[in-house]
Amino acid sequence: MAELFFWPALVLYGEAVLGYLGEARRPGLAGYAAIWGVRLGWLAQTALLAVQAARDDGFPWGTWAGSLNLFVWFVVTAYLFWGSRRAYRLLGVAVMPLAAVLFVVARAGGGTSAGATSRYGNLFLVVHVGLVLLAFAGFTLIAALSAIYIWQERRLKSRATTILRRPAPSLATLDHLSFRLALVSLPALTLGIAVGIGRLVTRDDSVDALVVATLVTWVVWTGYLAARLRGLSGRRAAYLALAGFVLVIVVRLALPASHFA
Amino acid sequence: MTHLVLVGTSHHHAPVELREQVAFDLDAAHDLAAELGEAVVLSTCNRTEIYVATDDAPEAERRAAEALADAEHVLYRLRDRAAALHLFRVAAGLDSLVPGEGEILGQVRSAYEHGTPGMLLDRVFRQALHAGRKVRAQTAIGESPASVSSAAAALAAQVFGELDGCRVLLIGAGEVGEQAARSLRARGAEIVLTANSKTASGELGSALARADVVVSATSTTGYVLDADTVERARGGRQLLLIDLAVPRDLDPSIHQLDGCFLYDIDDLQAIVAETLAGRRSEAERAETIVAGEAEKFHEWHASLDVVPAIMSLRARAEEIREAELKKAEGVLGRLDESQRSAVESLTAQIVNKLLHLPTVRMKQAAAAADGVLYAEAVRHLFGLGEDER
Repeated sequence: MAELFFWPALVLYGEAVLGYLGEARRPGLAGYAAIWGVRLGWLAQTALLAVQAARDDGFPWGTWAGSLNLFVWFVVTAYLFWGSRRAYRLLGVAVMPLAAVLFVVARAGGGTSAGATSRYGNLFLVVHVGLVLLAFAGFTLIAALSAIYIWQERRLKSRATTILRRPAPSLATLDHLSFRLALVSLPALTLGIAVGIGRLVTRDDSVDALVVATLVTWVVWTGYLAARLRGLSGRRAAYLALAGFVLVIVVRLALPASHFA
Repeated sequence: MTHLVLVGTSHHHAPVELREQVAFDLDAAHDLAAELGEAVVLSTCNRTEIYVATDDAPEAERRAAEALADAEHVLYRLRDRAAALHLFRVAAGLDSLVPGEGEILGQVRSAYEHGTPGMLLDRVFRQALHAGRKVRAQTAIGESPASVSSAAAALAAQVFGELDGCRVLLIGAGEVGEQAARSLRARGAEIVLTANSKTASGELGSALARADVVVSATSTTGYVLDADTVERARGGRQLLLIDLAVPRDLDPSIHQLDGCFLYDIDDLQAIVAETLAGRRSEAERAETIVAGEAEKFHEWHASLDVVPAIMSLRARAEEIREAELKKAEGVLGRLDESQRSAVESLTAQIVNKLLHLPTVRMKQAAAAADGVLYAEAVRHLFGLGEDER
């Protein structure tokens, strides 16, 4: 049953990727097709998650691959808030290829199947994994917004003649949205980490590489938000966000196997 | 058959001196439409066109041309399918001086509202407005600016987003700068100072410190603002500078400052040229949409030829059905209500199924211009209208 939803979701996300690439070359119908690909793909993935939730004994995204599946859903959900608006369609060029690739990785790791059991408690996983993934989805979007900021600023600096033909969000909007997303994402990460550490202490578990990397990520993003609150903005803030995102990728892809073992 | 007749002239055929001779304000357009019968008069700065629905096309053309007698030698005359396609192209902005300009759609709507449309004009104008909206929704033809002043405002929006509360320093009080300022104001920006050669440097510096956008269009030689002055005044904020003057007013090295974006007249003209090229390429897609809408209208219009025959045929069939049911009253009278209803439904279904294919075929034939022949054949075969003779 879960398979029934995985493939449509993947195909639709793939269609969205192609659509966004087409939109970047020539704005118009391709972007329109892309956003519908995202919407319908999101519905298919939501159905997949619902089937997983119904079939599993416990929290179904307790494995690193399962959590990656949920992470992709968070990213696409957050993107859908803005993606429908024409000016934000280009955000899809940055977000959807990543989402599609991570979705495939999640499947390769078995994160899209149903019927698994978890050794962790439901409530702990919902709070810990849910909050951390929510925060990482926010950071992913901040990184996408920052990448577009840098690209848009370069276009303005190079006086690109196509600047008005290919709509992109304004520099001010991109900067502002990144800041607001960080205001939501960092507290979510903080709370998620706190719950994880609480459990670590009470059960006397060991600190693994993922925990350390997550803490470093928290430090970097706390630094980002602190700098933003002190007035850092524009290109420098965008580069800092991209640096923070590298850590998110490391935490999501390179280290989780040992943590979820 | 009711024909759609168009007589008019536009910027393609007539210079402004001639177009102004045949221009109508909305009241005059309404009066002329009323005089012509079922008509709509579309009069804008680029065109005057009279659309008439009539059974006597040559006479309607003659009367419409008479109303535009001052431009007699540059008038075009179109009928039916060609006239509808032309109107759809006009509504979509494809016949405009600047392809895709948005004002024309409102002008078409206004002309329609001030006309005296009957069934045919009502249909063609509604469909034209629909085609215009569809083109704008499905293509990017009207999205990019088509003038230097609107490009300046659009660039400001690329940096600052919504321009509500955005502060503009205007240097020079000439027409060029004023046009750019007008475009910025239209998007919600506020002009904090209009400076000229007599403005004190302190006042200029203070306005620069508050400004988000600087528009400069003086006729002085030498730079009005240099990079050092800008760097000191702006305090690290982003600043968009538009230099519309020749020779240039703003030191080109300002563009090297972090967060400063300086565009001169050549940059803006290159952007406008690119957006116009984009509009032309979008126009190809728009033409396809418009042609599709025109085809739909043509099918509907052609079907009018056969509608009376179809209606007569259906009335005749219904008449026969009812008469046969009446004949069988003796037998049917013994049936209960539900059985009787089943018989009614059954006979109605037989009639509908028998007539469905001829109806569809007649409409198809109408679209292919054989409608009148088919209608005549049906009338003859089924003896329609013979009772009245």
